[in-house]
Amino acid sequence: MNPVSQAVRDGSIVTWRNLVGMKRVPDALIGLTVQPIMFVLLFALVFAGSLGGDTYREFLIAGIFAQTVAFNVFFTTIGMANDLGKGVIDRFRSLPMSRVAVVLGRTTADLGVGVITLIVMALTGLVVGWRIRGSWLDALAGFGLLLLFSFAMSWIGVFVGLVARNVEVAQSVGLLWLFPFTFLSSAFVSVQGFPNWLQPVGEWNPVSAVARASRVLFGNPTQLPGFPESTAWPAQNAVLYAVLSSIAIIAVFLPLAVARYRRVASR
Amino acid sequence: MKTFGSTRALDGVDLEIPAGTILGLLGPNGAGKTTTVRVLTTLLRPDAGRAWVAGHDVVAEPQAVRRAIGLSGQYAAVDENLTGFENLYLVGRLYGMRRRPARERARELLERFNLQEAAERPSKTYSGGMRRRLDLAGALVAQPPVVVLDEPTTGLDPRGRLDTWSMISELVADGATVLLTTQYLEEADQLADSIVVIDKGRAIARGTADELKNRVGGERLQLVVADADQLPAARTVLAEVGSGEPVVDENLRRLSVPVDGGTKALVEVLRRYDGEGIEVQDVALQRPTLDDVFLSLTGRIAEDPDDAPGADPKEKK
Repeated sequence: MNPVSQAVRDGSIVTWRNLVGMKRVPDALIGLTVQPIMFVLLFALVFAGSLGGDTYREFLIAGIFAQTVAFNVFFTTIGMANDLGKGVIDRFRSLPMSRVAVVLGRTTADLGVGVITLIVMALTGLVVGWRIRGSWLDALAGFGLLLLFSFAMSWIGVFVGLVARNVEVAQSVGLLWLFPFTFLSSAFVSVQGFPNWLQPVGEWNPVSAVARASRVLFGNPTQLPGFPESTAWPAQNAVLYAVLSSIAIIAVFLPLAVARYRRVASR
Repeated sequence: MKTFGSTRALDGVDLEIPAGTILGLLGPNGAGKTTTVRVLTTLLRPDAGRAWVAGHDVVAEPQAVRRAIGLSGQYAAVDENLTGFENLYLVGRLYGMRRRPARERARELLERFNLQEAAERPSKTYSGGMRRRLDLAGALVAQPPVVVLDEPTTGLDPRGRLDTWSMISELVADGATVLLTTQYLEEADQLADSIVVIDKGRAIARGTADELKNRVGGERLQLVVADADQLPAARTVLAEVGSGEPVVDENLRRLSVPVDGGTKALVEVLRRYDGEGIEVQDVALQRPTLDDVFLSLTGRIAEDPDDAPGADPKEKK
């Protein structure tokens, strides 16, 4: 069997193992379901009134989608670090399986988590007044883009989990970087409201692109009232940039994660 | 050779295991047993030296080695969220088996390891002994020609240990080659065709259990006399019959002496004691244990890890 098809085959077996594991420990799944509901409700009900009412709510939901799938990385990080602390990694390492399978199985299983998260958020969004105003095909592309981003992000999550090595460290480090990463974006506010020097960071943040691309594809407002539309390239080509940055993240972090896995697991 | 920082965990261990036999790797905690196992099972790259498992170089052809081995480690490598069946099925699939054979093999092993009733329960509900059995079953899923067992009975109760021993014996009967590490001398004595004693990352002795015991000397005759006054007379007899200098412990009224010809010497001593009216309270003909072997090789007792300087915590993960 060639390495790629063995990686896919073994990766899907490890994915199955991870999904069964999630099913057996529903606590984590409950967290994963409650968190997106909480985010949508809190932002939509608390922020929307002060920041522009219905328009803000429509603007916000796609941002929360992007932010929440990014936050799912945390579960990937914890899951990976958790695995490392267990003897089962030694079993995997002694088996004639693809060396990519363990990390690939982790990110693929977490793609399933992303699907659940998105469904829950979309339903909650509908309850608080969010609507898909574009075509269903575009909307589907929007969800597809969010999933691609979710998958890309989980490669960072795997890498962070492998660097952290244990659950305690993973819990603190794994969450920390996600706040600036998701908040320095147009997920919740307009980047045009940032200090000048910070605006480029917000413009080029993939989270901004994913949020904006989702807004475009869902037919939601792409800018808040009172702010000019951004002229920056990532904003003008949000869908393209979102796809490209997701692919770039995978291209960088997949090999890093695989290399790290080999090193960490051969202690 | 393998070093961790400044500690040489492995510093020259030559092992050769003829196919279809059990080699016992014996040593105290920190001796380098687990490091040796991790090198041979491709979990760890040696810094120097070479090793072949089932004809494959562990560094150059790790995947070929992995296909040929089954590993059961010191810490049960089972996924606690999966059931017993799912664990074995997972391992089978990752050995490259198709779905159906993997399922059938899992069922077969659960039955053989007496786990069929717990097959559908998550393994986190298993007792320690059940987990170890499941882990051992995991090592056998693909019927590998080489089975590596790292301290398979550490932490098991006596019954679990006996069960594990009989399973290991069965393995060899089925034609497998087994590398077994243990800190229990009794275990190596029971199971291993040949034994390598390692200490501080070096092989310090090798041979069959009998050969190692002979190295310490043959049998010893040990007696306890009823009356301390008779010790000198008893000693004189032992000096004449024994093959070496008798040792006398006056407090315990105990004497011992190395003897040739075992039971013959025993009978001779008792006959002469009877003639001289020396009353014997206890008598034993002792063969040296592997404990004696270890003690004479290293000057330390084997089973007390605190007595093992150079024990490197990193060597055990």
